[in-house]
Amino acid sequence: MRHHLGWLRGIGLLIMGVVLLGAVAAPWLAPHAADDQHPDLLFAPPTWPHIRDAGGHWHAPFIYPLRLVSRLEQRYAPDRQVRVPLVWFTRGRLVMSADDRRAPLLLLGADSFGRDEFSRLLYGARLSLGVAAVAALGALLVGAVVGGIAGSAGGATEELLMRGAEFLLVLPAIYVILALRAVMPLVLPASTVFALLAGILALVGSPFIAQGVRAIVAAERRREYYAAAVACGAGRARLLFRHLLPSTRGFLLVQLTVLTPAFVLAEATLSYVGMGFPGPAPSWGSMLRDAANVSAIADFPWVLAPAAAIFLVVLGLNLILQGSGVDPAAAFHAGSPVRDAGPTADLR
Amino acid sequence: MVRYLLRRLGFAVLLVFVVASASLVLTRLAPGDFATEAFGLGANPRTVARARARYGLDEPILTQYGLWLAHAARLDFGTSLLYGRPVAQLIPQRAANTALLALAALLLATLVGLPLGVVSGSRPGPLATAIRLVSLLLLSMPPLVTSLLFVFVAARTGWFPIGGMSSLDVSGFGLVRDVLWHLTLPAVALALPVAAMFERLQSQAMAEALTQPFVLAARARGVPPGRLIWRDALRVAIRPCASVYGLVVGTLLSGSFIVEIVTAWPGLGRLMYDALRARDVYLVTGCAAAGALFLAAGSVISDLALAAADPRVRAQ
Repeated sequence: MRHHLGWLRGIGLLIMGVVLLGAVAAPWLAPHAADDQHPDLLFAPPTWPHIRDAGGHWHAPFIYPLRLVSRLEQRYAPDRQVRVPLVWFTRGRLVMSADDRRAPLLLLGADSFGRDEFSRLLYGARLSLGVAAVAALGALLVGAVVGGIAGSAGGATEELLMRGAEFLLVLPAIYVILALRAVMPLVLPASTVFALLAGILALVGSPFIAQGVRAIVAAERRREYYAAAVACGAGRARLLFRHLLPSTRGFLLVQLTVLTPAFVLAEATLSYVGMGFPGPAPSWGSMLRDAANVSAIADFPWVLAPAAAIFLVVLGLNLILQGSGVDPAAAFHAGSPVRDAGPTADLR
Repeated sequence: MVRYLLRRLGFAVLLVFVVASASLVLTRLAPGDFATEAFGLGANPRTVARARARYGLDEPILTQYGLWLAHAARLDFGTSLLYGRPVAQLIPQRAANTALLALAALLLATLVGLPLGVVSGSRPGPLATAIRLVSLLLLSMPPLVTSLLFVFVAARTGWFPIGGMSSLDVSGFGLVRDVLWHLTLPAVALALPVAAMFERLQSQAMAEALTQPFVLAARARGVPPGRLIWRDALRVAIRPCASVYGLVVGTLLSGSFIVEIVTAWPGLGRLMYDALRARDVYLVTGCAAAGALFLAAGSVISDLALAAADPRVRAQ
């Protein structure tokens, strides 16, 4: 990297730190449970905490309760006559409204079922990032083993495995994911969907890893330490796992940073179109399904909050990559034939 | 060159064949079929059985595959169970719409990404850093997020249509303008991350090309810097972008799926999705085959671009 952009790394780490903290501490940070519904506050706007009332007097942070103005348009207005104080550190939560039944604290508004968008966003981080991280680790594992075997075995095995990986790489990933997902029943419980999605994503992501690992392993095999290990009589498994694969560590770390946002996005896409997590489960994709309705987007823009969260995660990880001197665009194609696409690469 | 083209053609046929076969088998393996999805659980078993027999769904999977193959060889790709029309009639229109969207995005990404990459790669400084930061930002804006944002902006401001491909009451030249107007947001949403990727690849290739001895030699002979960068160095530096074109077609198809659904663009993605959900075996297979054709076309375009950019490729 010619330009020093190291400071970007700090911003990226900060963003990811905040997001991960939100995910880990969700039960404590979220004012509501993920499935708490407020039936008379469908699509309610955010209730921001105030410290100054309409008359100009200062108070401890409080919120105004919402009153329905028009049922037809689902419009609400804050009732500035009543102040509902916020209570801290009660019932195992950081902060919530003193009158949670009638005037809940809705930092990012409510969704189509009157559920707190902010709380669901926090819980959604667990599900969305969780499935993406598990899938990315799975893809690394499968890809490293397949690529490692191909690279160290050589010959027909290598040819077969790598042709297969190349074939999978050419296909548009989202359609492969969709087709594999469609093989299973469409309605499944959230835990099954988690396992299923993680498996499918890991499978679809692994060819990227396998190609990169194979290239590195094939190069390492020509080094002297490998010849020394062979001369010492090391077995095939030991050669692969103790001597060859450790040299792919840097590559795998970068790929983890590339695959995770791609998988967050894949989960969101799948859940958004209704083939991922079921509605009640708070994933960023299933939350975005409220945004499938154009008039909801226009009138209640807070239903787009999960899209903003997805953007933040992708941006955060890209900033970390860029700040570490890795071009995110090049890293995405590192496992693909592009990296060493010399003029004859395709013509062999 | 002829041998090479034949190989490419062989690869294309293989790709379409494998993808179509795999999607037919996968759809058949799925629990339930079109009859159960269409009639529901409480349907009369006789009605369901009759529908199955009519569509050939009661055959064993291999028999059905064989029948489909025999028909496909005569360019009969079966009848869509969902729409009751031949698949071969349904797909071309939708495929053309997707192709329009993808090509517009590709054009946009190339026209924006390449020149910016040349600038940021050849002139280090605040401008290059600014371009780099913007492209990092755009690289982090996946089409799902961008298209939702655009729908929000369109719905709030009314500057652009919210969805669809054309208004109802226009024809002739007005229709072209109308379609372009509808095309803008989906194409931009699809193009932004690709443009950022082109910028990055081009920037790096440009910076590397400028360190080559021939650049120094040209400079010593007094070639003006503008011509040196935009003609001589660019010819060498264009290669990575040209070779990535084939893969970008896959990226564009992937991205256009969600863009089509969010912005209600009547393309292949939406059709494929509806077909998958309804377990419409023949339509799924047809869509997959059409998608595979796109990919094959993409890799040919990529090779041609590479050949145009690099005389060493042409010589082979």
